[in-house]
Amino acid sequence: MITFDPGLIIWTTIIFTLLLIVLKKFAWKPILTAVDERNKSIEDALKSAEKAKEEMQALNADNERILAEARIERDVLLKQAREMKDKIVSEAKDQANTEADKILLSSKEQINNEKLKAITELKNQVADMSIDIAEKILRAELSDLNKQKELVTQVLKSNGLN
Amino acid sequence: MKKTVYKLIITSLLITISGVNVFAESQPEKKDGFNPTPQILHHIADSYEWHLWGNVSIPLPVILYSEGSFDVFMSSSFHHGKSKVTKGDRVYKIEHHHIVEENDKKIINLSITKNVASMILSTLILLFILGKTSRSYKRKKNAPKGLQSFLEPLILFVREDIIKSNVGPKHEKYAVFLLTVFFFILINNLLGLTPGAANVTGNISVTFVLSMFTFVIITISANKGYWKHLVKPPGTPIALLPIMIPIEIFGVFTKPFALMIRLFANITAGHIIIFSLISLIFVASNNGENVVAGWSVAPISVLFVLFIFLIEILVAFLQAYIFTLLSAVFIGLAVKEENH
Repeated sequence: MITFDPGLIIWTTIIFTLLLIVLKKFAWKPILTAVDERNKSIEDALKSAEKAKEEMQALNADNERILAEARIERDVLLKQAREMKDKIVSEAKDQANTEADKILLSSKEQINNEKLKAITELKNQVADMSIDIAEKILRAELSDLNKQKELVTQVLKSNGLN
Repeated sequence: MKKTVYKLIITSLLITISGVNVFAESQPEKKDGFNPTPQILHHIADSYEWHLWGNVSIPLPVILYSEGSFDVFMSSSFHHGKSKVTKGDRVYKIEHHHIVEENDKKIINLSITKNVASMILSTLILLFILGKTSRSYKRKKNAPKGLQSFLEPLILFVREDIIKSNVGPKHEKYAVFLLTVFFFILINNLLGLTPGAANVTGNISVTFVLSMFTFVIITISANKGYWKHLVKPPGTPIALLPIMIPIEIFGVFTKPFALMIRLFANITAGHIIIFSLISLIFVASNNGENVVAGWSVAPISVLFVLFIFLIEILVAFLQAYIFTLLSAVFIGLAVKEENH
């Protein structure tokens, strides 16, 4: 037990050396390589999961951004539309006003014209009628001689020729 | 912090165990009645046959080299040391548990002794277990299952916490040796605890070989810095060099020596304690004369044996761990890059 036994030393050396060689080839190398590979694949998987998560987050952020942009654009469009509407309405109003004014003006003019025309016609008719009447009166007045004389006297009187 | 606590626990355990060891060695020898010493020594010593119980033992092959020829025969030919074996003109007999030639011819004894047989057995078990584990890695790359899930943490613990953290960046090269030595010591420690088994790692020849492997690896892989430390320890005043250089050179040999003694002593001590505690029963009963005393001591003795046995299981792991750890530390010291 406590003495060095050459036979046991030799056997231990042989057995342990063989064990080293065999285990190296058939146990440690495959086991450690497999474990390392597995560790690497786990690490890779974790990393890619992390990456996917980040991408997902980026995508979400993108979506949010796009949504916000769309909202802003919608607001802008609505505002523009409202402005356009207001503008069109006011323009239409203005146009209608001017048109109405124009129509009013021209109608007034026309009315005036018509009035003038009517007045002139009336005047003419009145003149004609007066002449007619005067003629008729004159005819009637001057139909007898006495009367003609009287008239002449009268006119002369009024003219102070008497 | 955690590491310090861990080391403290290990150190205190080692101290406790070595304390118990002293107690075991100082077993009083009895003149009359039952003398446990030869019994115990017989149990922990190597032998040419594998003694199981009573008169039952497995004969093992004896291989002797003498005067240019091999003599191979079974150990049963000795009839437990009672008869001599004659091969040609060579007559062998067992004297004080060793085979000698009657005419004092020089012999080299390469017998498959109990220890060698046990070592072969443990090696085969180890090959079977690790081979099976290795195959389960080849088949599929799933999570570990069964035997694999028991061994993988152990293998990775040895690789990460013992080898990687102590050897440094060049650890890959030494992983094979350190892993093998860990599992070799572990399996032999555990097998040594089974009833009737050999005391392989409690044999100084075995621990000598293992520590020599460490020593050779350290010496081969040592870099310039390591040798420079020996002849010119840095930071040492010149006046101290005559003392320091011998100490440094001495240290080269004390490292494997300590490895050898530590493993041998711890395992042997454990075996001696267990045998001693069992022997207490027979000491108390005065070898069967006082049955009552024997029976009254037996429960206490069995309880103690059970306790020590559980500690021994811990020690089996612990000593494998310590041997591997210290080997890794020594290799790490020899290969580390100088940074001062």
